[in-house]
Amino acid sequence: MSQFLQFLFSGITVGATYALAALGFTLIYNASNVINFAQGEFIMLGGMLVFFFLQAGLPMPVAIFLAIAIPAIVGMLIEKFTIEPAREADVVTLIIITIGVSLVIRGVIQVWLGKGTHSYPAFSGNDPILIGGATLLPQSLWVLGITALVVVALWYFFSRTLAGKAILATSCNPLAAQLVGVNTQWVLLVSFALSAALGAIGGVLLTPITLTSYDVGIMLGLKGFVAVVVGGLGSGLGAVVGGLLVGIIEAMAAGYISSAYKDAVPFILILVILFFLPRGIFGAKVTERV
Amino acid sequence: MRKISLLKTLATAAVAIGASFSALAADPIKIGSVLSVTGPAAFLGDPELKTLQLYVENINKAGGVLGRQLQLVHYDDGSDAAKANAFGKRLIEDDKVDIIVGGTTTGSTMSMVPLVEKAEMPFISLAGAVVIVEPVKKWVFKTPHTDRMAAEKVFEDMKKRGLTKIALLSDTSGFGASGKKETEALAPKAGMTLLASETYGPKDTDITPQLTKIKNTAGVQAVFVFGFGQGGAVVNKNYKQLGITLPLYHAHGVASEEFIKLSGPAAEGLRLPAAALLVAEKLAANDPQKPVVTGYRKAYNDRYKEDVSTFGGHAYDGLMLAVEAMKRAGTTDKAKVRDAIEATKGYIGTGGKVNMSPTDHMGLDLSAFRMLEVKNGDWALIN
Repeated sequence: MSQFLQFLFSGITVGATYALAALGFTLIYNASNVINFAQGEFIMLGGMLVFFFLQAGLPMPVAIFLAIAIPAIVGMLIEKFTIEPAREADVVTLIIITIGVSLVIRGVIQVWLGKGTHSYPAFSGNDPILIGGATLLPQSLWVLGITALVVVALWYFFSRTLAGKAILATSCNPLAAQLVGVNTQWVLLVSFALSAALGAIGGVLLTPITLTSYDVGIMLGLKGFVAVVVGGLGSGLGAVVGGLLVGIIEAMAAGYISSAYKDAVPFILILVILFFLPRGIFGAKVTERV
Repeated sequence: MRKISLLKTLATAAVAIGASFSALAADPIKIGSVLSVTGPAAFLGDPELKTLQLYVENINKAGGVLGRQLQLVHYDDGSDAAKANAFGKRLIEDDKVDIIVGGTTTGSTMSMVPLVEKAEMPFISLAGAVVIVEPVKKWVFKTPHTDRMAAEKVFEDMKKRGLTKIALLSDTSGFGASGKKETEALAPKAGMTLLASETYGPKDTDITPQLTKIKNTAGVQAVFVFGFGQGGAVVNKNYKQLGITLPLYHAHGVASEEFIKLSGPAAEGLRLPAAALLVAEKLAANDPQKPVVTGYRKAYNDRYKEDVSTFGGHAYDGLMLAVEAMKRAGTTDKAKVRDAIEATKGYIGTGGKVNMSPTDHMGLDLSAFRMLEVKNGDWALIN
């Protein structure tokens, strides 16, 4: 039993990190139907910047604030200078642009902050919490708690505020949204800033557990993408459930089957789910009009 | 790069014409190199390149080799073995280098081996696996310790402490996979029993499931982790999180200051085999390696303001072996240089004492590894 619990905790911890990455994908997808493959880089930026500012002698709260604010600005710059000029292009073209952007961000950080791996102390110590014979790190609770908060906040934003509804409207039909007075350019700018900040928050929270380096965004981005597809594109709840599911299945596979096949399992999962539920678990049931 | 070498050629030509010396005598000796300066193996290739650049410069300031200047021709394979092959070809056919020092990873090295064998080009690899020098290839040498030696050294220390039943945890990188193979093959011969063998990805962020399984395996007396990079630090953190108290061993692939820093208090008490370079300041004053490793460490620190790693040390050894061999051969003739490298005896490098022979193209024995333990956040030599 304690063994099962330990696998579960491990899965939830890792899964929460995937979920945070997945939420960022969801936000931009909702606003523009674009899968932003630079999402992983925002996570990396969050962690690396906190480390950098701590090194520079800034106190933790200031470092965290800056590490979230700067990626948000970077997100807006990306939208302004790469996505907006290509607004008329296909979604596929935009996706390829985001891949290019991710390479640029990774390269800049590699040159500026080096190739080393970094970490900083956990927010509330490293003493594991013992539950039913299994252990959980306090930092995992931070990750889970903030993820939950973010999900609730996003839900509120999208379903209860005008700004959130404007973003959804833009994603459904940009022209119609514009006709009823939504500033669609503003919507895109905001959604990039938000998802960048969200990714950065993830990076800030995760780094004490996962460590960080200039290339950590690749893996997180990829697994986050798997989580999004499993959970259903565009659904905040789906992103979280997808992330946790991928994490838990990975941990269980490593524990009960074989650690050698652990990384193959999420991809098998994606195939199975897409076969039965082509739009993911919580994906919107839409019919394409031809 | 191109421009500089063009200028150099022009300058050389001008000197040759002006002084009516033989142009050949002033030609630089070309040291070719293919390194993984970017990509996943960047933490290996980056210090290697910096070391080569630093020492080529130093040697040139001191008058060069055989009265000629050294010229470093290097390419970055981006940790991609296929690219290494293409660059290897370019070094041999276009740049016409005199010797190749490099091949950061085992994959890159092995992709260049057929080329150098065919072109009869002396080649000193900086990569770890045994396959590079076993079976012996006429033109191929290497400087780093092998994974098998690491396992032997660890087993030796375990047996001293009466630990014979162990669990192996290896990462899925080329380094870890080869280490796993060697460890599993060596264990029965060394009288060790492997009760469990688990793997993890080098970029994994949580390894508690594997460690939980090991923890719940009855009879395990010690855990041996074979991997490189940051994964090792995650293992340490999870090890402590799960409250496992068994003696913990790592292989040499994680040996760096960064490893201790990232692991924090979780690294306390773990042991690993490593080159003397890591504990340069702590070596006994009469240790033959002391002047070499402290000298390299100081030169590297002064120039780049960052900590040395054993990987840069491999490049230092590779370059020095090449230079020494050329001096002894008195020429850059490839066959003679090759013979001279093979005849290297008693060279003291950062990796240990090198005694090459026609059957041993690495030339290191177990004494090249020091057993270290992490004490109070720093390395300490054991016995």
